[in-house]
Amino acid sequence: MQVNEYKPLIVAFCCNWCSYAGADLAGNNRLAYPADVKIIRVPCSCRVNPMFILRAFQRGADGVIICGCHPGDCHYTSGNYYARRRMAALFSMLDYLGIERERTRVEWVSAAEGAKFAATMNDFAEKVAALGENKRLEDLRCKK
Amino acid sequence: MRKISLDKIQSLFAKIAENAKLYMPVDNADGSASYGEWSEGTVWSDALNTNKSPKDFFFPQTEDLMRFKTEGKNIECIDIRSELEDFVVFGVRACDAKSFDILDRVFLNEPRDSFYAMKREKGIIISVACTRPAETCFCGTFGINAAEPAGDVSAWKTADSLYLQANTEKGSRLLDSLGDILEDTSDADVAAQKESIAKTMDRLPLKELPTDAFGGGKTKELFDDPAWDELSSACLGCGTCTFVCPTCQCYDIKDFNTGNGVIRYRCWDSCMYSEFTRMAHGNNRNSQKERFRQRFMHKLVYYPENNDGLFSCVGCGRCLARCPISMNIVKVMKKIGGNKGE
Amino acid sequence: MQKITRENLIDKASELLANGTVSCVLGWGKGEFGYDVTPTIFKTADEMKNGFVFNDFCGANFSKYLVSKTQKIDGKILVFLKPCDTYSFNQLLTEHRFDREKVYAVGIPCEGMADIAKVKEIAGDGITSVDSDGNTISVSTLYSDKPVTVNAADVLAERCINCKSKKHVAYDELLGDEGETLESARFDEVSRLEAMTPDERFAFWQNELSKCIRCNACRDACPACTCEKCVFDNPASGVENKSPANSFEEKMFHIIRAFHVAGRCTDCGECSRVCPQNIPLHLLNRKFIKDINEFYGEYQAGAEVGSRAPLVNYTTEDLEPGEVFDRRDENA
Repeated sequence: MQVNEYKPLIVAFCCNWCSYAGADLAGNNRLAYPADVKIIRVPCSCRVNPMFILRAFQRGADGVIICGCHPGDCHYTSGNYYARRRMAALFSMLDYLGIERERTRVEWVSAAEGAKFAATMNDFAEKVAALGENKRLEDLRCKK
Repeated sequence: MRKISLDKIQSLFAKIAENAKLYMPVDNADGSASYGEWSEGTVWSDALNTNKSPKDFFFPQTEDLMRFKTEGKNIECIDIRSELEDFVVFGVRACDAKSFDILDRVFLNEPRDSFYAMKREKGIIISVACTRPAETCFCGTFGINAAEPAGDVSAWKTADSLYLQANTEKGSRLLDSLGDILEDTSDADVAAQKESIAKTMDRLPLKELPTDAFGGGKTKELFDDPAWDELSSACLGCGTCTFVCPTCQCYDIKDFNTGNGVIRYRCWDSCMYSEFTRMAHGNNRNSQKERFRQRFMHKLVYYPENNDGLFSCVGCGRCLARCPISMNIVKVMKKIGGNKGE
Repeated sequence: MQKITRENLIDKASELLANGTVSCVLGWGKGEFGYDVTPTIFKTADEMKNGFVFNDFCGANFSKYLVSKTQKIDGKILVFLKPCDTYSFNQLLTEHRFDREKVYAVGIPCEGMADIAKVKEIAGDGITSVDSDGNTISVSTLYSDKPVTVNAADVLAERCINCKSKKHVAYDELLGDEGETLESARFDEVSRLEAMTPDERFAFWQNELSKCIRCNACRDACPACTCEKCVFDNPASGVENKSPANSFEEKMFHIIRAFHVAGRCTDCGECSRVCPQNIPLHLLNRKFIKDINEFYGEYQAGAEVGSRAPLVNYTTEDLEPGEVFDRRDENA
């Protein structure tokens, strides 16, 4: 009997200047990370509006991760500093509403850190898989 | 007229629930009440008004109408209407019972709304006379008698018994189906209660509001009344009054893209909202004054004009209790009706 | 019972109207039963004598009205501000939402406002009038022969029990004495929720938010929500929804609403006051305020004009989002 292993759907918002390039590097180096990580490129981590995150969950994501340049390295000088505050506040609020805190994460990945990108995604996917499907921020209308 | 003793009322509910879903007002933790489904142990609330009116059962706040699925160039339309089970709404007050008359004229006239019609067919309304009206009640203004509530079955609750009387065929069928759980009695048993209700209604501060100034044909006279400016001045433009109202019937139809198809649904809309009349050419009500005026003109002038003089307000008082700034139809009627009456 | 009386306010307003300082007055208008007051613009002293009221039910925060009203009048508008209203007043000024020159603000002391639902619990239903008398409120109802006396302290609104400040942070003129900021227990309920398990918290909010009817009253009454066009009213936003179609949309609306005012919310409590479904919305806003205080240092929105809200600010040493939970676990 074949057992269908549950694979979580991960949405990764990656900044154009560091993390997206980091993902590229991971690919070039043939480092494996789950195919269910869907990358959305954004100009800067601070472009990520809280609505994006909620909408990702609505459309079926089981986990959402935001990747940007390391603090101090933002292409726009300070974008990731703002993102850091906003996401800290938002994630804390999601936790307050009883949404599992392991479903959201912020990670700083530079263009040179292909290995870190792959490792981060593997780790995040594993943690989210342990939680199972996203039931607390799901929109049943979007389920097939 | 039939009756059942109040200590056996749970067996009445159980009996009704055997064949139909039964809903009734239940107390909330915060002291208000709302409709909930009965199951064993559910206590029927004595509250006068539920937060939301029972129109929700027949015209739900959101309701899916149909689905679409696209594959290549084909669009498949999926009818999602399904057979509805019978349901009983118990404990409807006289004002809310009357509201169905007003909604029926909107939804059951051509073009007939099949979603609403189906629910009206399957739903049985058991109304209950009010023994403790609130200061915000003014159903009498619109000719509603709280001692004689409409509905498929009318009920009266006294200190020890519940009296029931069927008004429609559906209602008698329901009462007949309950078997010997009810005992026959004479109409005279509730006469005393009716009298005491009439006396209480007579003491209500809002029992007589000036309605003469309103009604069909008054559009020209009232539309440009200077009082609208002042009355609407503090309106926040929220939708509270329209959403708690048992007779507000405006809705919007929207498509929701699920990512693998489209759900077409309708949801309550509010004339208080800025985009209510937004169309391709723009918006013809650009100020809150215009939106505010629309709500009251609709209830007091436009609706009666098209419906033999019937006002589309039942005086339940929910908007009085709920409006964040306490502006409401009573203040409008007193101000404009009072001005015209002088 | 308020220390300042209706007559004091009418006298002050009449004086300012007479000497031409202001052209109109934003005050509380009389209702049918005493407790149902409506924010009203008065143009003359006579209008005020007939229709102005000041009692324990004048909770409405007038600051937000200044945004629209100052655009419509000639001359200055007189506005009465309770201490908590002055924080909203400052916050709106910080965001350049109205012209300070068009407003004459009179600070009035506040002893806390009453919650009519609590009065009803004690005095019973059918309230036909309420009269403040010393430290009590005399309540006439349809169902009691003589007025029921209610202790004003027993029926204080939640936000007034947990009043954060009796100090006026903005005014042109102050009636009565200047108060002090207070130590309040306003975050206790948030802490209680934080101490619950995620499952309990989820159940709590699922239950509360499922009551939402999307009337938008919380947003429309909020002095921090002054966008010309709200994202939830804009069909082009893709998230415009007029109804709580399901539990996701309820949560989305309330998370986004609270987030949009995070760091700018002065905790005036209007959202919870106006909610027709009695959802404790202030607990969402207070969570953000508490977090911001803990993560980035104490901050009170509106305490001064021109301060930079914490979520549009940063330091290079800020906490990482992941550390937020570590820190909470340590504290627990």
